Amino acid sequence: MSFLGFTVLSRTETSPLALLAVPLVTVVLSIITMVVMFSALGADPGVVLYSFFIEPLSSSYNLGEVLIKASPLILIAQGLAIGFRARVWNIGAEGQLIIGAICASLLPIFWSDSESAWMLPGMIVVGALAGMAWAGIAAYLKASFNASEIIVTLMLTEIAKQVLYYLLTGPLRDPSGYNFPQSVMFPDAGLYPTFGGDGVRANLSVIITLVVTIGCWIFVTRSFAAFRLMVGGVASDAARYAGFSQRRAIWMSLLIGGAAAGLAGVGEIAGPIGKLQPILSPGYGYAAIIVAFLGGLHPVGIFFAGLFMALVYVGGDIALVSAGIPASAPVVFQGLLLVFYLASYFFVRHEVRRVPQDTRLRGAA
Amino acid sequence: MMDALIFVLAGAFATATPLLLAALGELVVEKSGVLNLSVEGMMALSAAIAFMVTLQTGSHLVGFVAGGLSGALLATVFAVLVLGFMANQVAAGLAVGILGLGLSGLLGRSFEGMTLPGLGKIALPGLSDIPVLGRILFTQDVVVYAAIAATALVAWFLYRTKAGLTLRVIGENPNTAHALGMRPVGVRFLAILFGGVMAGFAGAYASTVLTPLWSQDMIAGRGWIAVALVVFGTWRPGRVAVGAYLFGAVSLLGLALQAMGIGIPAQIMTCLPYVLTIVVLVAISADKVRVRLNAPAALGESYRPAS
Repeated sequence: MSFLGFTVLSRTETSPLALLAVPLVTVVLSIITMVVMFSALGADPGVVLYSFFIEPLSSSYNLGEVLIKASPLILIAQGLAIGFRARVWNIGAEGQLIIGAICASLLPIFWSDSESAWMLPGMIVVGALAGMAWAGIAAYLKASFNASEIIVTLMLTEIAKQVLYYLLTGPLRDPSGYNFPQSVMFPDAGLYPTFGGDGVRANLSVIITLVVTIGCWIFVTRSFAAFRLMVGGVASDAARYAGFSQRRAIWMSLLIGGAAAGLAGVGEIAGPIGKLQPILSPGYGYAAIIVAFLGGLHPVGIFFAGLFMALVYVGGDIALVSAGIPASAPVVFQGLLLVFYLASYFFVRHEVRRVPQDTRLRGAA
Repeated sequence: MMDALIFVLAGAFATATPLLLAALGELVVEKSGVLNLSVEGMMALSAAIAFMVTLQTGSHLVGFVAGGLSGALLATVFAVLVLGFMANQVAAGLAVGILGLGLSGLLGRSFEGMTLPGLGKIALPGLSDIPVLGRILFTQDVVVYAAIAATALVAWFLYRTKAGLTLRVIGENPNTAHALGMRPVGVRFLAILFGGVMAGFAGAYASTVLTPLWSQDMIAGRGWIAVALVVFGTWRPGRVAVGAYLFGAVSLLGLALQAMGIGIPAQIMTCLPYVLTIVVLVAISADKVRVRLNAPAALGESYRPAS
C-alpha cells in the first residue's frame, strides 16, 4: 500500500519511544481539540484550561476528589487490562460494578445499626465476589458455548441497571425515605475511613487501589500465569501447543476484571455516596476501558492514565461553574482521548517511509 | 382489554422503528466483517442534531437528512480509525460512541424540555378500515412503512445483488476477496457509512417523531438494543425486523400491564430483550454449523491491505 511515494511498513519491533510518545501526543491533541471547541462555544480557553488542569490540584479538597475518582478508574482498568492483554473483551465493567455495589450494600442495609468492625471487610469480600460472579456468567457462556463476551457483558450491564432500579423501587428502598428510590444511609461501620484532613473525602479505596496496582505490576512482570494469559490471547495456537488453556484465560480474565469492578462498586457506596442509589457511577466502567488503553495496558501506565482521567472529571465539574462548560464536556474529552489514542497507536506498529521509486521497483522484482 | 392490546400492538411498530432502522444499518456493517459498537453514540448525536434542525426549519424531512448526515459523520471517524489506522474495532466503536454521547449532551442542553409537533399518521386507504388489524397495521406514520420497506431492500441487496454478494464475501474473508479483485477497504467504508446514516435516521425518528420532547438521555440504551438485535436476528434482515417488533411490543406491554393493574415490575419487561439476546446468542454460538451459516466469519478482525 503506497501513496504519493510513501509506504506503510509494519514494524518488526515496537519502539519503546513510540509507546511513551503515543499517550503524550494523544493528550496534547485532545486538549488542543477541546480548547478549539470551547472557544467556538464562547468560553475563555484560559479559564477552561485552568479549571481543568490546575484548579483540581490547587486545594487538598480537590486533590482528595481527584484521588477518589482515580481509584475506581485505576482499579477497574487494572482488572480489564489483564483481560485485554489476553484479547478477552470484557466491556461490561459498569454492570459488574453495579452488582458488586448491590450485594455489598445488603450488609449495611440489613444491619444498619451495626458497629461491627467486620462490616467493611465483609462488604469488600461480598462486593468483589459478586462482581466476579456477574462477569463469571459471561466467562461460562464464552468458555462453554463460545458466546461472544462482548455482547454478553454489554447485555449484562443493561440487566444490572434494571436490577438496581427494581431493588430501589421495592425491596431495598428506605421505608421512611418519602418513596425516593434510594436505600437507608449506611452506618459508620459500613463507610470507608477518610484521610487527608477535615472535609477531604479521600478514603480507604485509594489505599486499596495502590495495593492492587502494585500487585498487578508484580503479577504482570513476574508471574508465569500472566505470561500464559498473554500468549493465549496473542497466539492461541502457540498457546495450545505449549499446553496453555484458552478456556482458563477466559475464566481468569473475566473473573479478575469482575472482582476489580465489584471492588470499585463497594468503593462508591462505602465512599462518597454512603447509600445505594440509582446512579452509582458516572460511567467509570466505560471510562476505565479508555484508561486501560491510554495506559498502554501496563499497570504503571494505567496508574497515571487513571489519575489524568480523574483530573478531567474533577476539572469538568469545576469548569461547569467557572467557565460555564456543559456537564457533558468531560465525556467529549474522553471520547477524543480514545479516538486520538487509537489513531496514534498505529505508529507504534507501523512506520510510514518514503521509498524511492527505483528501490521499490527493485524490491518488487 | 381489547383497546389496551390494540394500543400495545399499534404502538409496537412505532417503538420498534428506531431499533429496526439502526439494526438494519448495523447488520450491513457486520455483514462486511466490521463490528461497530458506536450505534448508541451515533443515535444520540443525530437525535440532538435532527431535533435542533427540525426545531429551526419546522420540517421533519430536513431534520431526518441532518440526522442521517451526522450519523454518517461519526461513522466516518470510526471508519478512518478501523480502516485507515487499523485500530481495534471494539475500542474504536466505544471511542466514537462515547464521543457521540458527549457531543449530544453538549448540543442538547440548549433545548432541554422543548417539544416538537409529531408526525401525522397515514391511514392507508381501504386497508385501515379493516377492524382491529387496520388500526394496528395500517394507521402508522410514514417512517414505520419506510422501515419495513428498508428491511426488504436490505434483504434484496444482500442476497439478490452482486454488490451484496461482494459485501458478504468480504465479511467472510477479506484476503480472499482481495485476491479475487474485490476492494475490502472501499466496500467496508461504504457499509460503515450506510450504518451511520441508518443510525442517524433512527436517532432522528426517536427525537422528532416517537418522543418529540428533548431530554438528555434521549436514546437510553436503544443503540445497544440495536446491536443486540443483529445477534438476536442471527444476521438475517427479516428475523431482525421480527425481533425489533417483538422487543417493541415487550417494552410497551410493560406499560399496558401496569395500566391494567397487573403487577409485573416494569424493570423485568425492560430486561427481557437483553435476556433473550443472551439466550439466542448462546443457542446459535453453541452450534458451530449454525454460526458458520449466519455470522460473518471475519467479524471484528482488522484487515490489512496487502502491499
